[in-house]
Amino acid sequence: MKKLGKIYMALVLMFLYVPIFVLIVFSFNETKSRSVFSGFTLEWYERLFRNDIIISSLINTIIIAVIASIVSTILGTLAAIGINSMRKVPKAVVMNITNMPIINPEIVTGVSLMLLFVFFAARMNLEFGFVTLVIAHITFDVPYVILNIMPKFKQLDPHLYEAAQDLGCGPFKAFIKVILPEIMPGVISGFLMAFTYSLDDFVISYFTSGSTSQTLPITIYSMTRRKISPEINALSTLIFIAVVVVLIVKNAIENKHAKKNLGYRGNKA
Amino acid sequence: MKLKMFSVPYLVWMVIFILVPLLMVAYFAFTGEDGGFTLSNVSSVGQYANIFVRSIWLSVIATVICLVIAYPVAFILSRMEKHKQGTMLMIVMLPMWMNFLLRTYAWMTLLGNNGIINNILELIGIGPFKLINTSGAVVLGMVYNYLPFMILPLYSVMEKIDKSVLEAASDLGCNSRSVLFRVIVPLSLPGITSGITMVFVPAISTFIISRMLGGGSNLLIGDLIEMQFLGNSYNPHLGAAISLVLMVIILVIMTIMNQFSPDDQVLI
Repeated sequence: MKKLGKIYMALVLMFLYVPIFVLIVFSFNETKSRSVFSGFTLEWYERLFRNDIIISSLINTIIIAVIASIVSTILGTLAAIGINSMRKVPKAVVMNITNMPIINPEIVTGVSLMLLFVFFAARMNLEFGFVTLVIAHITFDVPYVILNIMPKFKQLDPHLYEAAQDLGCGPFKAFIKVILPEIMPGVISGFLMAFTYSLDDFVISYFTSGSTSQTLPITIYSMTRRKISPEINALSTLIFIAVVVVLIVKNAIENKHAKKNLGYRGNKA
Repeated sequence: MKLKMFSVPYLVWMVIFILVPLLMVAYFAFTGEDGGFTLSNVSSVGQYANIFVRSIWLSVIATVICLVIAYPVAFILSRMEKHKQGTMLMIVMLPMWMNFLLRTYAWMTLLGNNGIINNILELIGIGPFKLINTSGAVVLGMVYNYLPFMILPLYSVMEKIDKSVLEAASDLGCNSRSVLFRVIVPLSLPGITSGITMVFVPAISTFIISRMLGGGSNLLIGDLIEMQFLGNSYNPHLGAAISLVLMVIILVIMTIMNQFSPDDQVLI
C-alpha cells in the first residue's frame, strides 16, 4: 500500500512537472523545433534580454505590483480594523461585498472594471493604461489583505485599545503600539499575497490595460498568439528558477521561525 | 476617534470600484444601445445555449477528474511524517507559482501536431493523432492548471483527521473501503465542496485555455464574453448579459455546494 502511494505520487508529480521541464529543455534548443532537440544554444536568452517589450513590461509589472500591494495593504489594514469594530449587520454587508472579487470569476471583475473605466474615459481625461491597471490591481488585492488580517482580531482583546487610550496614548499612538503589533503577521501575509497576485494577474489586467502600459503576462499572451518563439521558453525557465529560489528561501525562513518558537516554548516549560 | 472610521477610505473605494462596476454590469445587461430598458440582451443569451452547455460540461468533467486525481494525493500527503508534509506540499504547489499562461503554453507545445507526444507516438508506430484544438485538450488544460486548487483544500481538512480515528474505525471492524467511505469522506466533505468550487469557477469562466488549446472550435462562455468586450463583435450590452448569466450559474453551484458543507466549516 505504501509503495502504491509512492508510485501514485510520482505519477502525479510527473504530470505536474514534465511539461515545465520540456519547456526548460527546449529553451536551450538551437532550432525553433518544439520536438527535436538539435543542439545547445543560449541564443534565446540573449534575445530575451535584448527584447525591449519584454523588459519594459517586466519593469512595469513590478512597479504596478509594488504600488498596488503597498496601497492595498494600507487600505486593507485600516479597513480590517474598522470592519472589526462594526456591528453585526453592517459588518456582514461589507464583508459580503469584499468577498465579491474573490468569489466572482476574474473575467467578470475585469469586465465590470472595464465598463467603469470606459464610463470615466468618456467623461474625464482618463486613459486606459498605467492608472487603470493600478486601480484594478488595488481593487482585487485589498480583499485578500482584509481576509488575511480579520482572523487576527479574534486573538486581540478589544479593551486593550481603550486601555491604552485611558493610560494616555493618543488614538494614533494606541493604534501603533497596541493593535498593529498584534495583527502584523496578517498584514505581512496579506501584503505578500497581494504582491504575488499582482505579479501573476492576467485576466483582470487584460481588460483594464491600454496600449500604453502592459504587464508581463499580457506580453506573454500576445507572444503566444504570434509565431512560435523559444524566447517564451527562456522566459519560463528564468521565472521557474526565480520561483524555486523564492520558495526555498521562504521555507528556510519559516523553518527557522518554527525552530525558534519551539526553543522558546521549550525553555518556558 | 472611533475605530470604525478607519474603514472609511476602503468603504469609498469598495463602493466605487467593486459595487458600482457590478451594478454597471447589471445596468448594461438590461439596457440597449439607446439606453432604454430592454430584455433583448438577456433573451439573446439563449442563442448561445450550446456554448453554455459546452462550458458547463467541460468544466464539470475537469472538476471530476481533478477530484479523482487530487483525493489520493491529499490523503497520502496528510499521512506523511509531519516534517515531510511541508516540503512535499511545496513541491506539489510549486507549478502554481508559474504564470498560468506559461503552463498552458507548455501543453500547447506538447500537444501540437509536430509536438513531442505525437513524435513519440509515431516512433512506436501509432499516430499522429489530432491532440491540440480538441475539447479533450481543453479539459486537460483545465485539469493541469487547477489541480492544485483541489489538492490544497482537501489536504487542509485531511491533515486534521487524527490517525487514531482511522485506527479506531478499523479496530471496530471497518474494512479499508468502509473506513474510506464512512470516515474519511464524511470528514473531508468541506474540503471536497470548496475544492469543487475552486476548480469549477475558474474552469467555467476561462477563455485562455480554450483559446490556446481548443482552437477556434471550442468556444467557452469566457471567450464569448471576451469577444463582446475586446473582440470583433463589440457589444458590451450582450457581454454584460452573458456575464450576469455566468454569475447566476456560479451562484447556483455555490449554493448547492454550501448545502453539503456544515456552516462553520466553509473554507473559502
